[in-house]
Amino acid sequence: MPRVAVSLSRQDWLGTVRARTGIFRSGYKVNPGLYCVGDAGPKSPVLVTANYKLSFDTLRRELAGLAAWILVADTRGINVWCAAGKGTFCADEISLQVGRTRLAQIVSHRELILPQLGATGVAARDLKKKCGFAGIFGPLRAADIRRFLANNRQADEAMRTVTFSLAERLVLVPVEISLIWKPLALATLITFLLSGIGPEIFSLQAAWQRGLVATGATLLAIMAGALITPLFLPWLPSRQFWLKGVQVGGIFGLAYILCLNETVWSLPGAGLWLWIVAVTSSMAMNFTGSTPFTSLSGVEKEMRLGLTVQAGAIAAALLLWLAAPFAG
Amino acid sequence: MKGFRYIDGVAILQLDTEACIGCGMCVTVCPHRIFALEEKKAQIVDYNACMECKACARNCPAAAILVNPDERCGCAGLIIKGWLAKFTGKLVGNCC
Repeated sequence: MPRVAVSLSRQDWLGTVRARTGIFRSGYKVNPGLYCVGDAGPKSPVLVTANYKLSFDTLRRELAGLAAWILVADTRGINVWCAAGKGTFCADEISLQVGRTRLAQIVSHRELILPQLGATGVAARDLKKKCGFAGIFGPLRAADIRRFLANNRQADEAMRTVTFSLAERLVLVPVEISLIWKPLALATLITFLLSGIGPEIFSLQAAWQRGLVATGATLLAIMAGALITPLFLPWLPSRQFWLKGVQVGGIFGLAYILCLNETVWSLPGAGLWLWIVAVTSSMAMNFTGSTPFTSLSGVEKEMRLGLTVQAGAIAAALLLWLAAPFAG
Repeated sequence: MKGFRYIDGVAILQLDTEACIGCGMCVTVCPHRIFALEEKKAQIVDYNACMECKACARNCPAAAILVNPDERCGCAGLIIKGWLAKFTGKLVGNCC
């Protein structure tokens, strides 16, 4: 029986950084099965989790000084909530692990404590039928598991409510940014090529100079959409994310143009502003997938209008940028 | 959820009070605290907070709750791929 440490080693932290920044993000699977924490015995509670490194680490770190079992379900390296949504964190899989690890011979009780967010995929009542263990829903966050156990397996309202604090939003930023390297590289290449087009057909000097200005705008917009928008999320007035992005992008775009000594009424100024607004808006809209409060129905609704506006703004920005050298 | 509200009036969430047996599972599992038990029946007390996670429907023993049956996850990139797939006929993979 593998016994796990309840504190993270340097290696573990390094892995966390890798997973959070997107380098090797999908390669962090924990072997499914049963793990022992402290002096776990037949009466110790069994806590169920997914086989994603960050899920497993988050749970074990909260168990210092406790005696417990961790049952890791095979969710293909995906966290509890996403796996529950996809159906891999489910009663069948948990029952499979209960049987495979011969849990019934290891513990004398017949109770599994499930993470509350697993409820999307696990019908607790099915567990009893499938493996003989009753499933009860523990707190939403692993950080509350100690209080839950001490409190006779009762969770209060706060322990059952999802949050999206500043820290919870900020840890998501690196992955958001790392996932756009490919489109960013392509966009940068196209930007430099288009920036060189002018009355003299193609100017390397213009490609370099105008290309730098436009790429600067792209990078600023990514920062505005993927860092500033999540940071200020609760205070941005609109409910729809693409509009939140328009607000942030509008302000950052204006600041960028002013720094360049341009005005919004010039062709390149207007082009750059529209580009920054559109890219910020789409980055912001993309963040809907990372929040714990946006519904699929809502995201689809806002995307219909948001995408149209973004595409229109990008087309207009391109035309303005291409026309600018010819206007002298 | 404190400090966060998403678009009102869009979530697909229906509760059949006739069928409800008042077990309170929906009250327990909802991460946005949308349900409350009143006179041994579940009530939707904050419909607009629903994010369609389906935890309530999955755990309702009376099948009294209907949530948006769409299985897709709500990532914008994936939704775009899904829309494109309608034209190209390609299969869409998963995201997170």
